[in-house]
Amino acid sequence: MEKDDEMLEQLANREYEFGFVTAIDMEISEIGLNEDTVRFISAKKNEPQWLLDWRMKGFKAFQKQEMPSWQNFKMPEIDFQSISYYAAPKQQAKYASLDEVDPELLRTFEKLGIPISEQKQLAGVAVDVVFDSVSVTTTYKKHLNELGIIFCSISDAVREHPELIQKYLGSVVPHTDNIFASLNTAVFSDGSFVYIPKGVRCPMELSTYFRINAENTGQFERTLIIADEGSYVSYLEGCTAPMRDENQLHAAVVELIAMKDAEIKYSTVQNWYPGDKDGKGGIFNFVTKRGACRGERSKISWTQVETGSAITWKYPSILLQGDYSAGEFYSVAVTNNMQIADTGTKMHHIGAHTKSRIISKGISAGRGQNSYRGLVQMGPKAKNARNFTQCDSLLIGDQCGAHTFPYIESKNNSSTIEHEATTSKIGEDQVFYLNQRGIDSEQAIALIVNGYAKDVLNQLPMEFAVEAQKLLSLTLEGSVG
Amino acid sequence: MLSIKNLHANIEGKEILKGINLEVNAGEVHAIMGPNGSGKSSLASVLAGRENYEVTEGEVWLDGKNVLDMKPEERAREGIFLAFQYPVEIPGVSNINFLRTALSEIRTHRNLPQLTAKEFLKMTKEKQQLVEFEAKLANRSLNQGFSGGEKKRNEVFQLAMLEPKLSILDETDSGLDIDALRIVSNGINKLRSPENAFVLITHYQRLLEYIVPDFVHVLYNGQIVRSGTKELALELEEKGYDWLKELHDAESIHK
Repeated sequence: MEKDDEMLEQLANREYEFGFVTAIDMEISEIGLNEDTVRFISAKKNEPQWLLDWRMKGFKAFQKQEMPSWQNFKMPEIDFQSISYYAAPKQQAKYASLDEVDPELLRTFEKLGIPISEQKQLAGVAVDVVFDSVSVTTTYKKHLNELGIIFCSISDAVREHPELIQKYLGSVVPHTDNIFASLNTAVFSDGSFVYIPKGVRCPMELSTYFRINAENTGQFERTLIIADEGSYVSYLEGCTAPMRDENQLHAAVVELIAMKDAEIKYSTVQNWYPGDKDGKGGIFNFVTKRGACRGERSKISWTQVETGSAITWKYPSILLQGDYSAGEFYSVAVTNNMQIADTGTKMHHIGAHTKSRIISKGISAGRGQNSYRGLVQMGPKAKNARNFTQCDSLLIGDQCGAHTFPYIESKNNSSTIEHEATTSKIGEDQVFYLNQRGIDSEQAIALIVNGYAKDVLNQLPMEFAVEAQKLLSLTLEGSVG
Repeated sequence: MLSIKNLHANIEGKEILKGINLEVNAGEVHAIMGPNGSGKSSLASVLAGRENYEVTEGEVWLDGKNVLDMKPEERAREGIFLAFQYPVEIPGVSNINFLRTALSEIRTHRNLPQLTAKEFLKMTKEKQQLVEFEAKLANRSLNQGFSGGEKKRNEVFQLAMLEPKLSILDETDSGLDIDALRIVSNGINKLRSPENAFVLITHYQRLLEYIVPDFVHVLYNGQIVRSGTKELALELEEKGYDWLKELHDAESIHK
């Protein structure tokens, strides 16, 4: 027991690697939120009237909505008037090449291990970088352009491809969806836009890194990915933030649209600052992610590795509209110290012969609380639809919690729903067994946890699977005696 | 190689080892027998460093190094291997990946260069053949869904891979059918060398027909009450443990 405590202590003292702040000239809007804030942001970005109108609709919806109350934790008080809704590196304008980017900024990304200079790049990964509110750089643009692929910041897309934005923005997550989505609609700053034309298979992983830097700011990015008929794209997002004593709000919206025979694979490695061992500080991660399988035989797959944030509240969902469309959700969520995760998915089976697969692996350590919440819905026309859900929880130590809230609704009698759930504890016996073969406890935990999460990690693009494995081990360092 | 002096140990406050003395030299095979509850498996656990045992008195030395000062993983790296009576299952961790990690730790500790992937695979293949361990088992998750016999055979495969100085086999024969027992015993006989030593903990004389020990010790009530050569095992088989118990209990009263 004594050794246990010692190890738990070590775990609690684990340091967050990305907690530094970059000293860079920032332009930050005044604290507070009202119609003028929305106008200010829109004006800063030289937006067309229709977009400002839409933001205003979002703002009005936000004012009417209440905080959700169904989650398995006490919703913290968030003072929306104490946040600054716009922060951007001053020296921005436009970057024609990386040479023009503030070197301090480049150093930051180097520290984060993000290869944005193209020659140093991981083979075949195009990166878009969003620093606080503004997209800093997008790499490999030229190469992608040749294939007709659009990969740019949302702001650029509004200017250069307004017809696509006007048609699809808010078409999967409406501005009234939930309070955080409405807020995002009103004040979203930047984010990534991807369009893959008909029949094109995107030849490289597309990737966006989000970084919160400034104090008292929120991050509200918006991502929109459209895969036209018969196309394929794999997209990855990563995120980090400095260590600060106060909580910071991250309320993003991601919308995916897959047309007939198209496939989108969306992977997230979320490592926002989780707060200290006593739960002070950390990011409130309230995110709305939804994909629509619009066409026949389309497919969307969400893979997430959630290791950071003080609170994670997200349910990447899929609307299975096209007949024979397929949805997948693979998740590893880790909570350590005082972290809370309430995460899962929603699979709405609308078309006939639609299929979905949910693999969720929760890992709780320290005093962390981890809830899986998932909805599988079979509509009246979802004939012969099938779902398989496997939802496992792993407990490390005896002060953490794991919870499962599966919801199933079926409105036809030809669909099949399967649900499997397990809860296990990392046993002293397992650790001792590995110790006895010369492997120390830290490494033993890493092996056991990575083995447990293997089905999900296998879904990540190769380069990131290795990163995610390291991150998992790091997050759980010293958690078992 | 191994020197145990007056070893006393408790579990949950109850004394379970009451002054064990044992010397094991390189090249030797020792069998430790005894009735249920005599402390055989406890001795194995204490030597391997299982946490819930508390050593209250005595010393354990391995080639001049104080074993009791070492963490379990350090003991393993120094060359103590325990073949578990009940090997655990670790889902999702491949047997091969696990062995590669273990071997790498051990080689680092011994200042040996790391094996290349090719060398490692070659070694794996050789050892698999040596102890007749199916390749398909080697590639599966560690012990997951293995039968009792397959788990025991995996212990012997690991032993072959990690090449320890001192191997302690905790009732490796239990739960094995006669064919599996033969395979396991053959494997161990092939691994015997003048440089290593084995301690076989067993209930039955049967195992000793396949692996012939140099010495046999009888453990009773936390102490070694009799030591002899392989003939002692036959005597036990014939007479049971009761005559030794009576003898020992009578001696204790005289004291």
